Amino acid sequence: MTELAVILLSAILVNNFVLVQFLGLCPFMGVSNKLETAIGMASATTFVLTLASICSYLIATWVLQPLGLEYMRTISFILVIAVVVQLAKMFIEKTSPLLYRVLGVFLPLITTNCAVLGVALQNTQKAHNFMESTLFGFGAALGFSLVLILFSAMRERLAVADVPLPFKGAAIGMITAGLMSLAFMGFGGLV
Amino acid sequence: MALTRITSPHTHRALGTGQVMRTVVMATLPGLAVLTYFFGVGTLHNVLLASAVCMGFEAAVMAVRGRPVLFYLRDCSALVTGVLLGLALPPYCPWWLVVVGSFCAIVLAKQLYGGMGFNPFNPAMVAYVILLISFPLQMSQWAAPSDIGGHTPGVLEALKQIWAGSSIDGYTAATPLDTVKQNSSLMLDSVYLQDPVLAAGSFAGAGWEWVNLAFLAGGAYLLYRRIFTWHAPVSMLAALALMAIIFYDGGSSNSGGSVLFHLFSGATMLGAFFIVTDPVSSAVSNRGRLIYGASIGVLIYVIRIWGNYPDAIAFAVLLMNFAAPFIDYYTVPRTYGHKKSQRATKKADL
Repeated sequence: MTELAVILLSAILVNNFVLVQFLGLCPFMGVSNKLETAIGMASATTFVLTLASICSYLIATWVLQPLGLEYMRTISFILVIAVVVQLAKMFIEKTSPLLYRVLGVFLPLITTNCAVLGVALQNTQKAHNFMESTLFGFGAALGFSLVLILFSAMRERLAVADVPLPFKGAAIGMITAGLMSLAFMGFGGLV
Repeated sequence: MALTRITSPHTHRALGTGQVMRTVVMATLPGLAVLTYFFGVGTLHNVLLASAVCMGFEAAVMAVRGRPVLFYLRDCSALVTGVLLGLALPPYCPWWLVVVGSFCAIVLAKQLYGGMGFNPFNPAMVAYVILLISFPLQMSQWAAPSDIGGHTPGVLEALKQIWAGSSIDGYTAATPLDTVKQNSSLMLDSVYLQDPVLAAGSFAGAGWEWVNLAFLAGGAYLLYRRIFTWHAPVSMLAALALMAIIFYDGGSSNSGGSVLFHLFSGATMLGAFFIVTDPVSSAVSNRGRLIYGASIGVLIYVIRIWGNYPDAIAFAVLLMNFAAPFIDYYTVPRTYGHKKSQRATKKADL
């Protein structure tokens, strides 16, 4: 039980995928202009990340290992992730057409969100079992959602700040992300 | 003699930014005096150098941006940043540390965001964290307090150290927070007896308890002058105390230390009354400030006890600065005459 809590805490805060491992930066910078879209993107990514880490664990353990096809890991994970994203896309299109329109191109882009592939690969690297893989994926998604949502609330404020012209927009966003990453170093050593 | 008759309403003039900032600087003076008494002229030098360099950077950026330099210097916000940074840095740290820190505070954390009123992070704390991560050796040497028989350098010796870079190994000592953090085998009582700094103090280490009491006095003065509301500092101290009570196990080797120890050691009071109350980077509404302060208190305890760093004011403050806009978004106060809270602008139709 403690071990599972440690995995969750580590994935959310200490080894946060965005601010500590610098994975998944494109949606982090791309969809963080408005808080409401960020919340939508966060829930979509949470859904995809958790499901993708479960599916990739199953594929790795029940297909790749018995057949001795470990060298096919990366490409098969990419395939699995693409399928899961397509599923999420169809799901959102039917349940919330508006959110679907707002997320726009970023929804299919979850496929190329390196955090998703990163979680799947780290799961096999760390030899996580089924429960651990699921929790690791879920924790990574929670960490991603946490920083994405907080960052978007901050960016709404930055949008009206008197930022010098050369630093307007993405530049000041990058600097802010860097400062936040510094703050997250304070969590080092927690687990 | 002309007897002028003054009629009501006797309104007071609103405090200007410059006035507020100068009051804050005044309120740090007792803390600065006690720090200088216990640790020598190092802190005083830090404060003077950091203030001067901060004002210099502020003026330079304003000149580059083509803004009126004197107008912006007169609001004294760069002075406050410099004073707070100087108080936070270890005494007798090399001069370039102060200059690099001032650059990070004023240029990186404040002016790139548009200057006074726009910075999402507290400038002094950004500088402190950058220095702590980049120069851990210089940032973790704190002088021993004078009343445990430690040698406090005189003015000339101090200047030689700061500007010529001779080592200060001879008279540094582990701070109480560091001592308790490193301890893994002794009961807390024996730690208090063995460590010279803790043994010479009455509850939170020689010097440190007085430093914190002085900052508490300065903070109380600011509260009395209504520079800030009580919500953020009180909720931060209450949350820190509560965490210390919950996890205090009577003084075993795993114990985090008593409530008094946490409240009066390290930078607790400086943080509570001078950093957490920053009007720009904290939450805005009273309810938001309660949440903001309490979260900082909890984070300080968590990082102090289970994290890598002995003190955690700067990290906790930065993390909550990061969360402050989000807190504001969900703690919009109810306006007079309305039953429910309303946003000034309508939500996007989502």
